Amino acid sequence: MMAIGLVKSESYVMYRIVEARNVGLNIKQFVVEAPRIARKQRPGQFLILRLHEKGERIPLTIKCSDPDAGTVTIVVQAIGKTTSLLSCLEAGDSILDIVGPLGQPSEIESYGTCVILAGSVGTAMALPTANALKRAGNHVIFIEGARNTDLVVFEDEVRQASTETYFMTDDGSYGEHGLVTKKLKDLLDAGLRIDFVLAVGPVPMMRAVAQITTALGIKTKVSLNSIMIDGTGMCGGCRVLLGNQSKFACVDGPEFDASLVNFEVLMQRNAMYRDKECQSLRQFEEHKQGELAQLRADLASQDAHHA
Amino acid sequence: MHDSNPLPLKDRMKIARMPMPELDPEVRSRNFQEVTLGLKQSAALTEATRCIACAKPSCVIDCPVGVKIKDVVALIYAGDFLAAAAKLREDNALPAITGRVCPQENQCEGGCVLGKKGAPVAIGNLERFVADFESESGLLGLPAIAPPTGKSVAIIGSGPTGLSAAGDLVQKGHRVRVFEALHELGGVLIYGIPEFRLPKSIVKTEVDNLRRMGVEFETNVVAGKSVTIDELMQSECYDAVFVATGAGLPRFLGVPGEHLNGVYSANEFLTRVNLMRAYNATDYDAPVYDCHDRDVIVVGGGNTAMDAVRTARRLGARTATLVYRRSETEMPARREEIEHARQEGVKFRMLTNPIEFVGDSKGWLIAARCMKMELGEPDPGGRRSPIEIEGSAYLLPANVAIIGVGTTANPLVQSSTPDLKTTSHNYIVADPITTRTSKRGVFAGGDIVTGGATVILAMGAGRKAALSIHDYLTTGVWESEVCS
Ligand SMILES: Cc1cc2nc3c(=O)[nH]c(=O)nc-3n(C[C@H](O)[C@H](O)[C@H](O)COP(=O)(O)OP(=O)(O)OC[C@H]3O[C@@H](n4cnc5c(N)ncnc54)[C@H](O)[C@@H]3O)c2cc1C
Ligand SMILES: Cc1cc2nc3c(=O)[nH]c(=O)nc-3n(C[C@H](O)[C@H](O)[C@H](O)COP(=O)(O)OP(=O)(O)OC[C@H]3O[C@@H](n4cnc5c(N)ncnc54)[C@H](O)[C@@H]3O)c2cc1C
Ligand code: SF4
Ligand code: FES
Repeated sequence: MMAIGLVKSESYVMYRIVEARNVGLNIKQFVVEAPRIARKQRPGQFLILRLHEKGERIPLTIKCSDPDAGTVTIVVQAIGKTTSLLSCLEAGDSILDIVGPLGQPSEIESYGTCVILAGSVGTAMALPTANALKRAGNHVIFIEGARNTDLVVFEDEVRQASTETYFMTDDGSYGEHGLVTKKLKDLLDAGLRIDFVLAVGPVPMMRAVAQITTALGIKTKVSLNSIMIDGTGMCGGCRVLLGNQSKFACVDGPEFDASLVNFEVLMQRNAMYRDKECQSLRQFEEHKQGELAQLRADLASQDAHHA
Repeated sequence: MHDSNPLPLKDRMKIARMPMPELDPEVRSRNFQEVTLGLKQSAALTEATRCIACAKPSCVIDCPVGVKIKDVVALIYAGDFLAAAAKLREDNALPAITGRVCPQENQCEGGCVLGKKGAPVAIGNLERFVADFESESGLLGLPAIAPPTGKSVAIIGSGPTGLSAAGDLVQKGHRVRVFEALHELGGVLIYGIPEFRLPKSIVKTEVDNLRRMGVEFETNVVAGKSVTIDELMQSECYDAVFVATGAGLPRFLGVPGEHLNGVYSANEFLTRVNLMRAYNATDYDAPVYDCHDRDVIVVGGGNTAMDAVRTARRLGARTATLVYRRSETEMPARREEIEHARQEGVKFRMLTNPIEFVGDSKGWLIAARCMKMELGEPDPGGRRSPIEIEGSAYLLPANVAIIGVGTTANPLVQSSTPDLKTTSHNYIVADPITTRTSKRGVFAGGDIVTGGATVILAMGAGRKAALSIHDYLTTGVWESEVCS
């Protein structure tokens, strides 16, 4: 029937974590079984997962996939309730729901010289595109930024995915002192001709990059992290403003032409649930072990039910 | 079926329509429990007595799928509720659902002759009564399943269209697998229509029944992204594909300020509340921006807008106001919902249209700038079109605005299947009788073909598709040029 053992007579699919490891401060990498997604994933695409019956759906970029093993790799930074709970999981645990691959793949062309700017967990998100750009024959300059040395991640992989690599930390504890935009300016001041820029990270960083590069007419893409639910264009919650046009980040993006993006609206919309999120995280911190135990019990009973 | 009711017609017509028991509006506007409680058996029997068993029953003619209502009512009158349920199911696969959500006033009950002088037979309430009786009796046997044919069908989308097709196809002995993009099955029945109108348990019962009949379900699969139609037919060897992806894309107004915090599409609002259960925020994680003690406006006049405004009310809105650019008579929502909403304290601001959303310095909505409207000449569809009254703009305070002005086609299957013919609005072109598309082996039905319609039409489309797919699978004949 099929190349991969996907067609099962029963219709229950488990997304088992086969590998989990810490890669930086509060940053964890997971390799998860998700054969359909593994077969279709392209650089720049993401998935949406849900951890338990009462959990929310959150988007995460797919760092890479192994179609033969039927696995995808994701990297998560624990910043709120769902990402913190996910970070507690280990190999052998399962994730309740994963859907993907979603969004438009990155446009991979032969641009010439490409500069990729990424901030800590954004590095994981930019890696697949950097790799693809390099394979397409581009000269890839990767500038990774982080607050400090503990948040510098995937150094080896970044070096492999690029032809020129720079590390910047806010406090100078690793690489050079300063923001990624400082390095970008240095390169431009030194007369570098840049054909394409991709920025992935916190909104202020992407906005700062866009201000520099789009003024120079350099083709620039940013990966927008708007709040998502379904990821299929059905809710409109992820809408972003491009010029005076509304776009849905989940189906039209997540990468957009930086010269058109209204970053203020993005920041304003991302702050929509801040109070609730903080409250939810505080409660989670208090009941962490209980929640984790409950999650595992639920998954086990699901498993038994479908066995 | 002959009329066994000995009561003279004149006397039957004197019996008042049995009222549907309902939760007290004060109480229910603060919870999510089902509003209508269902007819008691005695009331159902009395209600069935009212039917005058017309020779040419207009109720049947006006039912979009031709349910043999007169016969069903006669069986209820005779007290054989299970037989009545079986008779219903001959034409309607989802009676417990349509009994709750059909716009009966435009269909069967709109046709019922008793309505000419008094109140029509409460056909919807009777339908619900027998369907609930059947499911509570536990006597609902599984239908006979034909021996395996060795053929398999992939169904994309688990809304009423997909579910209805799945049931019929599996009974014919085909292997059936339903692929659903979301993590729950049921389509709009789950993520759109709220618990207080259609309890999720009812949709779950239908899905569980299909499971027991052997239908396979795979959630978290977005056709066009996780797998394409071509891959389903080639690498996964499905003999036919039925596309039932619905019209789920939200329309916005396209006015300034629509990106402010607090402005939602009705789909997002309802999805957060229904699918992600935000009404139970102590237990569930997905937040919905607080309606409590706030002014909420909902724009639109259909069932979606009505569901959103009643949901906002239940989430504790200080004011929950429906803003519609035509007048109440033009509202497409079910009459019952309009009445229920009014009882629950929802305010209606008719002939009003927002032209801008106004926010504070942090980007939070504070008001909607609205125009007063008047009705002009009827449009081609017969509805009078609204016209702005010049200089009538005013500010309507609002912390939350929910846009429920309709939806458009879900696009992901079309964009990944180039040989599938679509309309200019990106709906899939399919033959109205055979549901065949321009692509061999691929069928389509429900909202993805017709645009947003009704559950009963979706159900009907699913069953029509099942017949046609079965025909194709057994004969192998694909008549070409069926659709133009
Ligand atoms: C396309 C895309 C790809 C992403 N890829 C990654 C990744 O590879 N690794 C990673 O660590 N993070 C990634 N993110 C961000 C990640 O989704 C959020 O950190 C996560 O949703 C936060 O959930 P939480 O409950 O832990 O935090 P919360 O406390 O709920 O929220 C913290 C912040 O995260 C954002 N957020 C909250 N809910 C959502 C949501 N449903 N969708 C999007 N953002 C939300 C908000 O801006 C919020 O202020 C990505 C986001 C998008 C849109
Ligand atoms: C809020 C609301 C209230 C309503 N109230 C009423 C009412 O009272 N009475 C009435 O008769 N009608 C009502 N309707 C209309 C009715 O619900 C629809 O006409 C009906 O659900 C259409 O059924 P469908 O199966 O064609 O589509 P849907 O119910 O929309 O189901 C389509 C399914 O396909 C899935 N899907 C979409 N794209 C993909 C993909 N690429 N891959 C996999 N899966 C996909 C979707 O997630 C969804 O589950 C209401 C609609 C809404 C939104
Ligand atoms: S139209 Fe009314 S009275 Fe006549 S058969 Fe139908 S339900 Fe009975
Ligand atoms: S996440 Fe719902 S439309 Fe994008």
